[in-house]
Amino acid sequence: MFSSLAPPGRGHTTRPIVTGTSVLGLKYAGGVMLAADTLASYGGMAKYKDCRRLVSIDDTVLIGAGGEFSDFQAIQQLLEANALESRCMSGLYHDEDNSSNNAKETWNYLRAVMYNRRNKMDPLWNDLVVAGLDERSKPFLGWVDKIGTTFSDNMVATGFGSYLAIPLLREKYRPNLDEGEARALLEDCMRILFYRDCRASNRIQIAKVEEESGEVLISDPYELETSWDAASFVSPVGDLDGDGGW
Amino acid sequence: MFRNQYDTDVTVWSPEGRLLQVEYAMESVKQGSACVGLRSDQYAVLGALKRSVSELSSHQKKLLEIDDHVGVGIAGLTADARSLAKYMRNECLNHKYIYGAPLPPHLLMGDLADKHQRTTQTYVRRPFGVGLLVASIDPRSSKPHLYQTCPSGNLYEYYASAIGARSQSARTYLEKHVDSFPTASRDNLIVHALQALVGSVSGDDDLTKENASIAVVSADEKLTLIEGDELQSYLDQLELKGNDDNEDDDEDEREDDVEAMEES
Repeated sequence: MFSSLAPPGRGHTTRPIVTGTSVLGLKYAGGVMLAADTLASYGGMAKYKDCRRLVSIDDTVLIGAGGEFSDFQAIQQLLEANALESRCMSGLYHDEDNSSNNAKETWNYLRAVMYNRRNKMDPLWNDLVVAGLDERSKPFLGWVDKIGTTFSDNMVATGFGSYLAIPLLREKYRPNLDEGEARALLEDCMRILFYRDCRASNRIQIAKVEEESGEVLISDPYELETSWDAASFVSPVGDLDGDGGW
Repeated sequence: MFRNQYDTDVTVWSPEGRLLQVEYAMESVKQGSACVGLRSDQYAVLGALKRSVSELSSHQKKLLEIDDHVGVGIAGLTADARSLAKYMRNECLNHKYIYGAPLPPHLLMGDLADKHQRTTQTYVRRPFGVGLLVASIDPRSSKPHLYQTCPSGNLYEYYASAIGARSQSARTYLEKHVDSFPTASRDNLIVHALQALVGSVSGDDDLTKENASIAVVSADEKLTLIEGDELQSYLDQLELKGNDDNEDDDEDEREDDVEAMEES
């Protein structure tokens, strides 16, 4: 699909193979919260059902990714290598241990990485959400796509989430939602995504970064309750028996 | 003892285990006019004595701005200093582009020290003939830091320091008053820097607004150069000592030089 400037003998990204779908992010009264399901699809097949798409770097920054999972793993390894080097070299010429990048710096860094790959026509095929605290220890939520576009807002979503979840988040968002409300809102969006996104699953993870402690917490995966009682599921009108609509 | 046989190349050790070329480069730093640096808990201040070649020429700029939160004072080969300043500015700018945040000074200094060291281990290059005093604010902690680089590649952090010709008297002054620096006000710190420089002025000359130069930086104040007329109010607060204090310091300076040559 893309012609490549990659060195001879090297391949380049043509299309994603193993993919994750939406990632949602929301700022609330105590920090930021992310949600994503644990499915990595192989085209139309739900192949890897316990795949972790929300990770923390250096226990300070949360990253969530949709798109090609191997590219996300490469990004994780890159960020972890940088964090390790930082940790090892810290204290060499100064006393304070403030070696790690905050979420906003990580977001900027990923922008530079993604844009650089885009310029070589060999993108890392991901949409990324970066969450944590900024340089003033205020909650931060940022978004980076495969061509290096970025923005930062109180709510973000990737993939199908940007079509289905963002309108719902915008409807329900208030500054200073409490943790329970934020989580319920994200779960509701994830449930709707499971109903309507063919590449989604109902097994999800929630992760948060608390403003006060800076602590990063990622939940274990759990399944959402779903209800298939709705008329359109029970008696779909898509057949010619009905009106042909869906 | 073996200075003449082993001093042509930087990659040749002397039998005493010294790199004589590196030591000669450090000599060049001592020939430059004096530069002082000091810091409090909030501010970092640099002061410099600018030299002019003749009555008709301008005074050589000694304090260079690197970024909003980093400034350097130079002593030694000005051309080498400009090259290093250009490198530092570039590093700061690149970091800001990639990370959207100011470069933490300790990372800059680490790379700068490595850059210096590389020149001491390559056949085709020579060490940088300039010492730098780097005043900076760490954007992550908002604390000031003062660093000194050396042609050898060694990196030092200081509460206060002075380099260049007749800098021993400045160091002596700074040592005497160092306990008052952490809580000193911005203006007091500047006056201390100028007072330290007074002893480094040669012979009958005075420290004036033409030949003095100050830079100050803090978490709340971007790096600011104070030169010319603006300096007068600070200069007026100085006690302009006579030259009798300088004799002991010159002797200390010569002793120090001998010690330095014998050190590892």
